[in-house]
Amino acid sequence: MEVGQMQRQWMGYMKSLFMEGFLDGQFLQLQQLQDENNPEFVVEVVSLFFEDSERILKDLSFAVDQQSVDFKKIDAHVHQFKGSSASIGAQRVKNACIAFRNFCEEQNIDACRSCLQQVKQEYIHVKNKLETLLRLEQQIVAAGGSIPMMEWN
Amino acid sequence: MGNQEKGKGLMEPENSAEKLTALVVDDDKLVRMIHQGLLKRAGVKNEAVKNGKEAVDIHYSGQRFDIILMDNEMPIMTGIEATKKLRSMGILSRIIGVSSCTEAEKQEFMKAGIDDYQVKPLTIGVLNSILDVVKASK
Repeated sequence: MEVGQMQRQWMGYMKSLFMEGFLDGQFLQLQQLQDENNPEFVVEVVSLFFEDSERILKDLSFAVDQQSVDFKKIDAHVHQFKGSSASIGAQRVKNACIAFRNFCEEQNIDACRSCLQQVKQEYIHVKNKLETLLRLEQQIVAAGGSIPMMEWN
Repeated sequence: MGNQEKGKGLMEPENSAEKLTALVVDDDKLVRMIHQGLLKRAGVKNEAVKNGKEAVDIHYSGQRFDIILMDNEMPIMTGIEATKKLRSMGILSRIIGVSSCTEAEKQEFMKAGIDDYQVKPLTIGVLNSILDVVKASK
């Protein structure tokens, strides 16, 4: 595949991620922070997001499984996850966290457990999408092309 | 002891109006990375610490910054506590509270002495407006 085609494929994929609500404008901000002074910025930030997320999800699963549930602790984890997903523009994960926090406030453990599943699903989805996107970017760069600038209103 | 007056000659001779400096204060590594990336792109020399106490300590060691991006919820010392401490130390840097807190917390943050409040995460546009204010006051 030649570079122009790859770039168009990348653009199409990005557009779909926005249309489907996986990513929001914050992700575009991150792309704009990548330049020749900071060539690996997006990969670094996304990798850190993955690391943080796996850790938070592990902590959340543990907290939710306790005999005596500590809702404050669960809420603290979800708050953190909401923050990091918002930072990266992972909109659906962020929204799932917002719903989760409401149930923490209500101290509804069943709803919390179901929310945790939701959040996990959304995270796995966006992780796959981001990995695909970054792979496309790597291919473009390897072929000597540059990653297009995208605008989203 | 050096002076902290805005608009006058600053302690570090290479600190001209063009080269602003910033301190990022946040316990979240991801947020630090993003805010430092934003600052780097804007050509602002920056450092990051991970809680309010480290923010205070770095000032005790003599460092000064034009801008401080201060999160609130941090272990050991919150942003509100750190802001109060820094103001009582005579620090006149522009402190921007950067957080996702409630209206009540925001009020408390402002009372503690921040100059402005922004919701996390910062965007390029918001950072530019912050930088414009700081540059205009130098």
